[in-house]
Amino acid sequence: MTDYSYTILIPLVPLAVFLFIGLTGHKMKPIVSGLIGTAGLAFGAILAYITAISYFWGGHEGAGYASIKAFEIPWLHVTKNLTISLGSLIDPISVMMLVVITTVSLMVHIYSLGYMKGEKGFHRFFAFLSLFSFSMLGLVLATNIFQMYIFWELVGVSSFLLIGFYYEKPSAVAASKKAFIVTRFADLGFLIGILMLSFNTQTFDFQTLVSQTGPAISQPGGAAFMGLSVLTWSLIFIFMGGAGKSAMFPLHIWLPDAMEGPTPVSALIHAATMVVAGVYLVARLFPVYALGAPDALTVVAWVGGISSLFAAVIACTQTDIKRVLAYSTMSQIGYMMLALGVSGYGGHDGLGFMAANFHLFTHAMFKALLFLGAGAVIHAVHNNDMSGMGGLRKYLPWTHATFLIACITIAGIPPLSGFFSKDEILVAAFHHNPVLFYIEYAVAGLTAFYMFRLYYSIFWGKETHYHHTPHEAPLVMIIPLLILAFGSIFAGFLPFEELVTSDGLPFELHTEWAIAIPSVLIALVGITVATIMYRKVTAIPDKIAGSVSHLYKWSYHKFYMDEVYLFVTKKIIFRFISRPIAWFDRHVVDGTMNGIAGVTQFASFNIRNLQSGKVQQYAYVFITGALVLVFIFVFLW
Amino acid sequence: MTGTIPLQFFLVISTLMFFIGVFGFLTRRNLITMLMSIELILNSVNINFVAFNKYLFPQHLSGHFFSLIIIAVAAAEAAVAIAIIINIYRNFKSIDVDKVDEMKY
Repeated sequence: MTDYSYTILIPLVPLAVFLFIGLTGHKMKPIVSGLIGTAGLAFGAILAYITAISYFWGGHEGAGYASIKAFEIPWLHVTKNLTISLGSLIDPISVMMLVVITTVSLMVHIYSLGYMKGEKGFHRFFAFLSLFSFSMLGLVLATNIFQMYIFWELVGVSSFLLIGFYYEKPSAVAASKKAFIVTRFADLGFLIGILMLSFNTQTFDFQTLVSQTGPAISQPGGAAFMGLSVLTWSLIFIFMGGAGKSAMFPLHIWLPDAMEGPTPVSALIHAATMVVAGVYLVARLFPVYALGAPDALTVVAWVGGISSLFAAVIACTQTDIKRVLAYSTMSQIGYMMLALGVSGYGGHDGLGFMAANFHLFTHAMFKALLFLGAGAVIHAVHNNDMSGMGGLRKYLPWTHATFLIACITIAGIPPLSGFFSKDEILVAAFHHNPVLFYIEYAVAGLTAFYMFRLYYSIFWGKETHYHHTPHEAPLVMIIPLLILAFGSIFAGFLPFEELVTSDGLPFELHTEWAIAIPSVLIALVGITVATIMYRKVTAIPDKIAGSVSHLYKWSYHKFYMDEVYLFVTKKIIFRFISRPIAWFDRHVVDGTMNGIAGVTQFASFNIRNLQSGKVQQYAYVFITGALVLVFIFVFLW
Repeated sequence: MTGTIPLQFFLVISTLMFFIGVFGFLTRRNLITMLMSIELILNSVNINFVAFNKYLFPQHLSGHFFSLIIIAVAAAEAAVAIAIIINIYRNFKSIDVDKVDEMKY
C-alpha cells in the first residue's frame, strides 16, 4: 500500500503561506505576496495531482478503491473514550475534491494576480485566499466528523472575511454578516446532528461510521421521535448544516448577497468549492444515509429538487450578472443534492452518488469559468448590471469564446462535460422518482434559457456606448479561463463510474438515450428561445414579462424570501422574544445591580461627613462616647 | 504625715487636672497647647497611681513603678509629638490644628 501521509502537507502549505503573508505581507511588494500565495497553491496542486494519479491509476490491491487513513494524530484527549483527532483520509471522493479545490484555487490565484492588481489590501486578499484553501482542504481530508466541523467553521470564517473584503462598502459588510449568520445558524443544526450521531454510535471516525458492520448502520435503532429514528433525525440535522453551506432552499438567502465579494472569490468559494461542501458532507456520510436512514435521504432529494427549480426560476429575471450566476450555482447544487437523494448504495444503484460527484467535478470547472469570465467582463466595463452591457463580443474575444463554452456546457449539450454529468443525474432521478425527474427536465430547460439570456445580454444585444472602450483582460486572467475551458470541455470523458462510486467498486454504465435525447432537445429549446428573445433587441421579453406580470414580479423579487426572513426575524423573533428578554435584562437584571450600587452610594454620601479630618472633633466624639459608656456602666448596670 | 491629708484631696486634685486637660485638648487650636493638655491628663493619672498605692497598699510598690513608666513614656511621646508638630509646621506654615484636615473624605 502506498504511503499517503504526505497529503497532510496539501492543507499545511497554504496555512504556512497564510501565516507568512498575513504577518509580513505589508512589508513586501504586493505582487510578491501574490506570487508566494500562488506558489504555495501550485505546490499543493502538484501534490494533489500526484496523489490522484497514484491513487486512481497507480495500481491497487483487490477490487475497487479502499479508504485509507493516511495520517492521524490525536489532538484533544477529552476523556478516555472521547478523543478528537486530526489527520487525512484518502478515498475516492476526498482525492477528487483535492483535485477540484487545488485546481480551481490555483486558477483563481493566478487570475487574481491580474484582477486584483492595484487594489488596496492585495496581500490581505491573498492571505485570506490561502486561509480559505487551507480550511477547505482540511475539510475534505477530515478523518472524523469533528475535524470536519472545525474546518467547516474555518471555511465559514474565511468566506466571511472574503465577502467583506471591501469592508468600506456597507453592502459588503451587510452581505458578509448575512452569510456568516445564516450559515452559522445552519451549523447549529450540524453540531446538534454530530452530537446526536456520535452519542449514539460512540465514535466520530468516518471509517467506523460508514463501515457496514459499524454501529451506525448495523444498529440504526434507538428511540424514535415523530416516527423517525434518532439516526434519521441526526442525519437530517447534519444535512441542515450542509444545506446552509450549500445554499439550499430555504437557507439560500446569503448566497446572492455574497456576490458583493471580489469576483475571484465568488468563483472560488461561492461557486466551485465551499458551496459544494454540503454535497461533500452528504457524500461522505452516504452509506449511513443510504443504509441507515433512507428517510433522511428523501429529505435531501426533495430539498435539492425544490432548490434547483426555485433558483432556476429566479435566475431568469435577475439583471446582475453575478446574481444570475449565484442562482445558477444554487440550482446546480440542487441537482447534486437531488442526485445523492435518489441514489442507492452499491453497484448500479449507486448511480446517483457517482452522478452527484461527477456533476460536482464538472460544475466546479464550468462555474468557475463562468464566474471568472464574468469577472473579466466586470473588469472591462466596471459594472455588473447586464442592462448596461451589450455587444461586448467584439471587445473581449477570448472572454467571449470561453464564456460561450461554459454556457454550452452548463446547458448540457454533448459532448461537453455538463451533458454527461447532468444526464447521469436525470437517469438516476428517473429510476427513483418521476416527479423529481420532470422537475429536473424543466430545470434543464430553464438553465439553458437563463444562461443564454445572460450570454446574449452581455455579448450581443444592443450596442452600448461605454465611457471608455472596453479592453480585453490581461494574459494572467486569460490563461486560467483557457485552462478551465479545457477542463469544461473534456472533464466529461473521465470514467467516473470506475473511479468515484458509492462502494468503491466500478460498475457498468450505459447511456439511456431515451432520457438523454429529450434533455438535449429541452436544452436546445431553451437556447433557441433565449436566442429569439435576446440576440437582438426586441420587444418580446417585455411583452412576456407583461403577460405573466405576477410571476415575473415574484421571480424578480426572488419570491420575497428576504422579506419573509426579515418579517420572521424582525417582526416576530425580535419583537416577541428578543425585546422582552432585552427589557428583562435592562430592567430586572441591570436594575438589581444598579439598585445595590445606588443604595451604597446614597449611604456613603450621607455618612462621609463623619470623616472630617478634624482631630478635635474625633476626640470630642470619642470622649463623649466614653462618658456615655461610663454613665451606663455606673448608673444603669 | 499620713492621716493628715485624706485620700479625697488627691482625687479631687487629679480629677480637676484630668478635666482641665480634656477641656484644653478639645478647645485649644494650638498643637503645642494640646500637647500640654495631654501632659496634664497623664500627670493626673500619675497622682492617682501614687495616691492609691500609698493609701490602699502601702506594702507594694506597683503604683510607683507605673508612675515612673508613664513619665518615661510621656517624655518619649512628647519628643515624637514635637517632631510631628515641627513637620506639620514645615508643611502648613502653621501649627493650628484646624488647618490640618487633609485626611478627610
